[in-house]
Amino acid sequence: MSKRYSQLFANLAEKNQGAFVPFVTIGDPNLELSFEIIKTLIDAGADALELGIPYSDPVADGPTIQKANIRALESDVSPSDCFDLLKKVREYNSDIPIGLLLYSNLVFAKGLDAFYQSCQQIGIDSVLVADVPTRESKVFCSVAKQYDIAPIFIAPPNGNEDKLKQVAELGQGYTYLLSRAGVTGTETEANMPVEGIINSLKSFNAPPSLLGFGISKPEHVKVAIESGADGAISGSAVVKIIEDNLDNPTKLLAQLGEFISSMKAATQR
Amino acid sequence: MKQHLDAYFGEFGGMFVPELLVPALEQLEQEFIKSQNDPEFQKEFQQLLNEYAGRPTPLTLTRNFSPNPLAKIYLKREDLLHGGAHKTNQVLGQALLTKRMGKKRVIAETGAGQHGVATALACALLGLECKIYMGAKDCERQQPNVFRMKLMGAEVIPVDAGSGTLKDAVNEALRDWSASYDDSHYLLGTAAGPHPFPTIVREFQKMIGEEAKQQIIKAEGKLPDYVVACVGGGSNAIGMFNDFIEEESVKLVGVEPGGHGLSTLKHGATICKGTKGVLHGAMTYIMQDEDGQIEESYSVSAGLDYPGVGPQHAYLHDTGRAEYVAANDDDALDAFQRLCRCEGIIPALESSHALAYALKLAEAATEETVIVVNLSGRGDKDLAHVHRVLEQGGHYE
Ligand SMILES: Cc1ncc(COP(=O)(O)O)c(C=O)c1O
Repeated sequence: MSKRYSQLFANLAEKNQGAFVPFVTIGDPNLELSFEIIKTLIDAGADALELGIPYSDPVADGPTIQKANIRALESDVSPSDCFDLLKKVREYNSDIPIGLLLYSNLVFAKGLDAFYQSCQQIGIDSVLVADVPTRESKVFCSVAKQYDIAPIFIAPPNGNEDKLKQVAELGQGYTYLLSRAGVTGTETEANMPVEGIINSLKSFNAPPSLLGFGISKPEHVKVAIESGADGAISGSAVVKIIEDNLDNPTKLLAQLGEFISSMKAATQR
Repeated sequence: MKQHLDAYFGEFGGMFVPELLVPALEQLEQEFIKSQNDPEFQKEFQQLLNEYAGRPTPLTLTRNFSPNPLAKIYLKREDLLHGGAHKTNQVLGQALLTKRMGKKRVIAETGAGQHGVATALACALLGLECKIYMGAKDCERQQPNVFRMKLMGAEVIPVDAGSGTLKDAVNEALRDWSASYDDSHYLLGTAAGPHPFPTIVREFQKMIGEEAKQQIIKAEGKLPDYVVACVGGGSNAIGMFNDFIEEESVKLVGVEPGGHGLSTLKHGATICKGTKGVLHGAMTYIMQDEDGQIEESYSVSAGLDYPGVGPQHAYLHDTGRAEYVAANDDDALDAFQRLCRCEGIIPALESSHALAYALKLAEAATEETVIVVNLSGRGDKDLAHVHRVLEQGGHYE
């Protein structure tokens, strides 16, 4: 597997910081602006990127990210356009870990082998398939492994010890820790503390955990890290800035940069 | 007692859902297994089916509907079931499971509104809170059912997203459930979706075929040549087929919505024209583009307007045990009117697709042929819609 995640977490540990990871949907609102948006995320201090491939039926997503998917699809952004854009992002920055988030039907449609092979060729570090839970993950994990891609699993707040152990054993790169039940969105705030789950994951030697769902303010990032998480992921709050500034790209990028910097600043321990 | 049910039918099925929902689905599976072995549960379910819903339903030999004296067409009268469609059967089963799990709230999706109505009535009866997601377009074409649900105390949420039909209502129900599984049961309305729904729904619908088999043997002294049912998600069809699957002489035919025709883009014939993929938690046949984006289906009947199908039907198709064909909007509308005029029975537009294919089989018969059609529901809900379509010369939209 690529070393980018382990290097990142080692560097952050030295600086006594947690990771801040923004999420956006690739191609939202169109391919050109999306590239500027992703470069802004990197320049403003994102430690890693979580990027979604637009899908017609994103059942794990709330209204904000659903709309991002629709905007990208309405701009005719296909998975292969996304891969082209990802190639440019990787050329722009060779060190930042890049994780993909998508739905299983897009992977099946391309074919598992072809999909993970493309990921490897472009320099993608991890793949989270939102509707592939551990019990369906066997083939996904084995193909991911073949192409050196880290499979990411979600540690749910309702998971028992067996589930957390499985998540710990199957996941690589990082563990996606859910702050609460439900779908993505800032409508429901993150529900912390999650110390119990974090401790269990640590005892099972899980990859570092990033807390996501409902993370929209620097305080959320701070509390996540104080609870023992290795970082935080913020999606809907980032995407909301895009949605609110569709008519003014300059303002969009400026606001986005400010938001990312403020979230990153909250990762100092 | 079995610990788990098979999650797959060959390569089809599975549980492709966010990790969050897995504990809720596994809890449902466990509760279902326990209830199958619990005489108290079975007794209450039977009692509701007999004394509340009106089972067994009759098997009616049509007098005038068949165009060919060689072909006898029998109707399994799920239209006479309380609620107006077969949907009530399995809803009663799942509502009892909800009570067993100690959950107080039910969420459901609905297309034609028949599943919503069935869910609303069961919730009213059993004292459960009820929230129904329904595509905005479907709310419009099935107005009377929206009102029925509301009368029985359900909250109906129109879903604008996507095509505003059944697929989008399922998405919304799944999203609700991933936040509410602690106190809510997602009462899925067809034999599709993630494991264990396809199995549970089949088991709670299989009395249709069991009764029909006994009834046809009593009437004809033998098994039928054909058993025909319409296929949306596949619940009335699998309920009808299940007891005939091992009777190899019986041809099983599932009729999909052909819309404006299979050579157009406006249809919902998932097995006839779709490809393998994942929709709503199961690997099955779906309508999708080459990238894997789900395509919108189309049918004159809201209950068949779905770009996926239950995984067991995908399996029965691939193994060749059942055949899947399509009937177009126009064929269904003709069959709808013919049944009204010939038999004094107003069928649901969904069931009219099965009737349309039965007519074709009957016309083609060159020897004595016995056809059993599952008349999955009655057409009261469709009256305004059919009226409008016929006024426009038979074409919807
Ligand atoms: C009367 C009737 N028949 C059939 C269907 C299609 O569903 P299924 O394929 O699950 O039987 C519906 C769905 O709403 C219906 O109302």
